[in-house]
Amino acid sequence: MKLLLDIGLAPAASAIHNWLSANLKNEMLVTITDMVITGLCLLGFLVVFCLFLGYMERKVAAFMQVRRGPNRVGPMGTLQMVADTIKLLFKEGLTPDGSDKFLFNLAPFIVVITSMLVMAPIAFAKNLQIWDTSIGILYVSSISSITVIGILMAGWSSYNKYSLLGAMRSGAQIVSYELSIGLSLISIVILTGSLKMSDIVMSQQNGWWIFKGHIPIIISFVIFIIASTAEINRAPFDLAEAEQELTAGFHTEYSGMKFAMFMLGEYINMIVVSAIAATIFLGGWMPFHIGHWEAFNHIMDFVPSSLWFLGKTLFIIFVIMWFRWTFPRLRVDQLLNLEWKYLLPISMVNTILVTVMAIFGWHF
Amino acid sequence: MSLLGEDQLTEDGEFVINIGPQHPSTHGVLHLKTWLNGETIVKIQPHLGYIHRSIEKMCESLSYRQYIFSTSRMDYLSAHMNNQACVLAVEKGLGIEATPRAQAIRLILAEVTRLTSHLLWWGCTGLDLGAVTPFFHAFREREALVEVIEESCGARLTQNYCVPGGVMTDLHPTFQTKLKKAVAQVKGKLDEYDELLTGNVIFEQRTKGVGFLSYDDAISYGCTGPMARASGVSCDIRKWFPYDGYDKVQFDEVIMTGGDCYTRYMVRMKEMKQSISIIEQMVDNIPEGDFLTKTKNVIKLPKGDFYQRVETARGELGVLLVSDGGSTPYRVKFRSPNFSNLSAMEHMVPGQKIGDLVAIMATIDLVIPDIDR
Repeated sequence: MKLLLDIGLAPAASAIHNWLSANLKNEMLVTITDMVITGLCLLGFLVVFCLFLGYMERKVAAFMQVRRGPNRVGPMGTLQMVADTIKLLFKEGLTPDGSDKFLFNLAPFIVVITSMLVMAPIAFAKNLQIWDTSIGILYVSSISSITVIGILMAGWSSYNKYSLLGAMRSGAQIVSYELSIGLSLISIVILTGSLKMSDIVMSQQNGWWIFKGHIPIIISFVIFIIASTAEINRAPFDLAEAEQELTAGFHTEYSGMKFAMFMLGEYINMIVVSAIAATIFLGGWMPFHIGHWEAFNHIMDFVPSSLWFLGKTLFIIFVIMWFRWTFPRLRVDQLLNLEWKYLLPISMVNTILVTVMAIFGWHF
Repeated sequence: MSLLGEDQLTEDGEFVINIGPQHPSTHGVLHLKTWLNGETIVKIQPHLGYIHRSIEKMCESLSYRQYIFSTSRMDYLSAHMNNQACVLAVEKGLGIEATPRAQAIRLILAEVTRLTSHLLWWGCTGLDLGAVTPFFHAFREREALVEVIEESCGARLTQNYCVPGGVMTDLHPTFQTKLKKAVAQVKGKLDEYDELLTGNVIFEQRTKGVGFLSYDDAISYGCTGPMARASGVSCDIRKWFPYDGYDKVQFDEVIMTGGDCYTRYMVRMKEMKQSISIIEQMVDNIPEGDFLTKTKNVIKLPKGDFYQRVETARGELGVLLVSDGGSTPYRVKFRSPNFSNLSAMEHMVPGQKIGDLVAIMATIDLVIPDIDR
């Protein structure tokens, strides 16, 4: 397991690259083939992970709601999501009369593609990173804000009043909460002095930021979780698709695979924010170490780095699901109040605190 | 192609949206025509009649034994109380009274029904405000109570247990033990409900100060039940016009003065505790004896008007029987609580947001078939 995940993947990638270079004479063709293979791997990973998350969400919900959840299709209901996907594939994708057909059909792709793009600079394990760009954090926060265009597009082109209201809510919500996310990301950037994902992970070799960074980083972490839950339109901030108010909000008119793509986008977004939170606050693929407990640290080192990363990501995903199944939904004005009157001022003050802390080197 | 084209806006630039008749939060086929200014509701107009089944007219061709059963389909969550009102009206006309045992059975089942209704309401309120989990928790406890009802009268929702002169059959032998167990379960879980929903910050924000209804407005709109009691109006029929032995049990009429959604919520939560206390008092004190007073096979009421009111889970239900001396009523009129409670919505909603509309609808506790009949 450890071999396969930690050492296996990077040599496998270079082996494929070497084989391609040997067989394809054209340098550009090699690069393109490399990219396509990487993209397909990422796509496959994300889709499978999303199916798993769909199953996990149902089981988590069932656990909290004194019921069993899916338990008929496959062992323990594990194939339920596969069955659902097949159903959605065969459903007719209606395009309503009076809608702007081009934008209506384009919107789900924008939502999915932008959320997939954000995965590029994330370090999944030791030496396993698709694109270690020097502007990692900046790239993530700028690309993830494009999602709102897809949602606005969907709401506007649907020719449905509920969709329009949902899209407008979503626009206001995502644009506002972006600020808090940015500020809480910046607090880590201040401490590490780098936007590069690999640098941020490496800086946590002697301890995760959430432990090293005192209270300001814990505040940042909490704000990041709250704001990113809002950013990805999950309950209690799911105003854009508030079922009881707007039937299904911006995706009211979507059906079949186009609807499934919105769901896919939602789950990928959830993976993205959890992965980023795990990377910058919880040490990415870094194992958990306690001071000078050599034996303990060695045992922790033995767990593959990819499992550390997946575990941390899944933990944050579980917390986000936990929110969803226990909290009521906020009202639209309360949602904006929360951001502009509480989270944003707090993150601003917090940024100053972090800066002071970084200057005087008060962190560990 | 724009949605906000000239034809979509009113003269004042308001955005008209039709909530219902098919909508997740109207709990049935209610159609609310809503004028919006952004997210703020300017005006609201309920349109009724989508589930009108002319129950009142149907009752005119049914005998006094038969007409009771169609009323289970009015406020289906308070089916037993609807039956009770009808039966009491017939008994008033005949000048008889049910046996003490029958009265006690009716009273207990009325409180059990109130409890099931309030539990369902609690779950749906959570659901309407976006919290899905309360719904399942409420149903777990409701199921235990419904099973007790089912065992004695055979039906779970539309009970039809009451007949003129008493109840249809005697209680199941295990009724008392099962009911005690079920009630203890509900009692234990009520605190858990408070932790899950009542104390939640978001829930308080969503309901406090929302949908205010003043004391005077509650009276002038004819609101009854928990909704009026949340505005400080004392209107519990069980206290004011006791029937079926409500004068013999100890309970408090829950009156609060907030008038907003949160107060309406709290009134119902406290009413559940009162219902539990009533059941606990009565369950071991069901008198022995007949469960049915003998009546003639064909009931004929003397000429005249007979009016009986009961307190259902939603408020005051009045039954007016007009008899011309024959074996079927000449005219039946129901005064249903939901109709009056709904009428106050036009007054409460303007100025609130769409999310508040849902909260207000949830705390009015609408059952649409009761509005249309």
